[in-house]
Amino acid sequence: MASSNKTSKTGGGLGGKMKNITDTNLLLTITIVVFFAMYIGAMVFQGKGFLKPQTFFNILNAQAALIITACGMSLVMITGSIDISVGGVVALVSMCCAVYLDFHNGNVFMAVLISLLIGLAFGVVQGFLVAYLDIQPFIVSLAGMFFARGMTTIVNTNPFNVQNEAFVALKETRVIVPGFGSVNKLGKYVNAYVEIGVIIAILVVILLFFVLRWTKLGRGFYAVGGNSQSALMLGINVKKTKFLAHLICGLLAGVGGFVYFMHVGSGSASHASGMEMNAIASSIIGGTMLTGGVGNIIGTFFGVLSLSTIQNIVSSAGLDDAWWTGITIAAMLCLFLVIQSVVMARKKRALSTKAE
Amino acid sequence: MKSIETNKSNVSGFFSRLVRRQIFIPIAALLLLAVFNLVTDPSFYKITFGYNSAGNPVLSGYLMTILDSGSELAILAIGMTLVTAATGGQDISVGAAIAISGSVILRVLCGTNSRPETLQAPIIVAFLVACIVAMLFGAFNGVLVAYFRIQPMVATLILFTAGRPIAAWINNNELPIINEPSFGYFGGFIPGIPVPTPFFIAVACMIIIALVLRFTNLGLYTQAVGINESSSRLNGLNPAFIKFLTFVILGLCVAVAGLIKVSRFSTINYSVIAKDIEMDAILAVALGGNALSGGKFNMAASILGAYVIQFLTTTLYKFNVQSDALPAYKAIVVIVLVVLSAPIVREWLSGVWKKIRPEGHGKEVA
Repeated sequence: MASSNKTSKTGGGLGGKMKNITDTNLLLTITIVVFFAMYIGAMVFQGKGFLKPQTFFNILNAQAALIITACGMSLVMITGSIDISVGGVVALVSMCCAVYLDFHNGNVFMAVLISLLIGLAFGVVQGFLVAYLDIQPFIVSLAGMFFARGMTTIVNTNPFNVQNEAFVALKETRVIVPGFGSVNKLGKYVNAYVEIGVIIAILVVILLFFVLRWTKLGRGFYAVGGNSQSALMLGINVKKTKFLAHLICGLLAGVGGFVYFMHVGSGSASHASGMEMNAIASSIIGGTMLTGGVGNIIGTFFGVLSLSTIQNIVSSAGLDDAWWTGITIAAMLCLFLVIQSVVMARKKRALSTKAE
Repeated sequence: MKSIETNKSNVSGFFSRLVRRQIFIPIAALLLLAVFNLVTDPSFYKITFGYNSAGNPVLSGYLMTILDSGSELAILAIGMTLVTAATGGQDISVGAAIAISGSVILRVLCGTNSRPETLQAPIIVAFLVACIVAMLFGAFNGVLVAYFRIQPMVATLILFTAGRPIAAWINNNELPIINEPSFGYFGGFIPGIPVPTPFFIAVACMIIIALVLRFTNLGLYTQAVGINESSSRLNGLNPAFIKFLTFVILGLCVAVAGLIKVSRFSTINYSVIAKDIEMDAILAVALGGNALSGGKFNMAASILGAYVIQFLTTTLYKFNVQSDALPAYKAIVVIVLVVLSAPIVREWLSGVWKKIRPEGHGKEVA
């Protein structure tokens, strides 16, 4: 029901705005259409699992952390920068929380605080280096990623499951989604559920959407990413804006780390490997331009969903090899990068012909 | 009195000129590491002569380890320097590309059987096929960067994700093992020669690139494109093609490094082979004092940078640092390096330097 509703809405918008559609909207529309086409295609051709609402909510459950980190990534990418340390930060956060909860008998609130502080620390240091010292963001965050990964091993080498009771109770908490459910094998009606992480993720998405659309800071992100020179002339503090983008991204990586930790309930150095890659891919698929100035949090949300839907399709199609996921994600990323590049080239040409 | 003054200024001038030379950075880092090792444990420099399990004479010791395992890095640094100079970005897919080319070599050598008794094809054929495949993947990156104008690091992110899966797919996710001893020569020792072969391969690559840079305009063109793309186009260059070319050259370097890597173990582990080598290669370029934003480059400094990185790695290993924890230390080195080389920090430092020594500064002016 919900899905068909949304498609018709975007379809209507597409017809009306086709003539002077902006980059952001065009890329966003492509993403949403691709997602629904893929999901409905999976429902029709693979049936069974995809018809159950719980499958959709399971995707959300598994990807809540990715949604949060990808939102931070989009924010940084909108300002024309990049942060590839998020995966490492997530791993470091979950390892630190696991060690704190189990070996030091800590409480959950302090664990949340620890994860926020770790994320904030990464955000502040990287933001300072990128914004105020003008160092290439990729190099800074590459070093950040390796530092986080290395530190994870230094904190604790062996992976282990957390036994802390308060935490396990939190991990097992399930929020019932009213109106959705399915009949299980025994003929009993089972309500669909989501984990707490999903609610946090959706709150983050909504919050960032409002910040980006209606606050001065949010518009500043777009202005800095679009053209930092003009942003400077408009009186925007470019350095501070870039710094804040990195800071928020780091903080969200910390939040994402805790959500990830809540989902898996263990600490391991190999956690969240390749998550930075998935976050960048989701942002790009969601229509965030690498060159900055173009992007949308809603698109990123759908980017994550598209990415994990295609992973689910690949694995349920019998290609249940970890290798295939990598290849499909890369192929999808490649496709969307090329689309972006073509869109930009056409826009440039259109502008130049207009000027003539 | 006067002659002493001029003499002094000559000496200080010599030092300031030396400091300003690009190659000073890796040399200084190398000296720092060397002295550190000399102080903590002089036996670091001991080289022993012995015989390995196959009865061949070999030289062993930490220094030989550095020369041996730094070879792949030095070879990669050659290509990475060119890519960095022309595009102002770096290729982060080299590790994954090494996995692919290594996998191709094993696939050609083994044919359909994963544990062949004899080689199914000459090694040179396998190597050439791997060269072509690696250059094709380099060309793929090059097309994305040069013609679709995607940022190099993001464009190569595609291959970074897909590379190892592709490498596994080439061999049907099997782990071929080669028993032929002659295949091991490339990553080990040739009978009768006590110096590891990878070192000779690296030297050969260095000579080739030196000749290429000496007798062709490749160096000039890549720097021109890196410094100012539009003005190089106005001067009759084709910037897109030159960017593309640097990625293809890097592909060739990757194939050579891949041959050494698979030859070391005569087998392959798709998720571990050449892991994190992209970080080291970028670090080597940065340590060579080359601007990571493109433009001018110094090949010798990059190659020396690669060996310095290997020196650092070996030193860390000697202090029993876990291989998984290694990146954390290297990351600190990277951050210190990029912070020190940032223009803003340099300006600030030179300002501080002038404030500290107003006297010396005044004399120099006088």
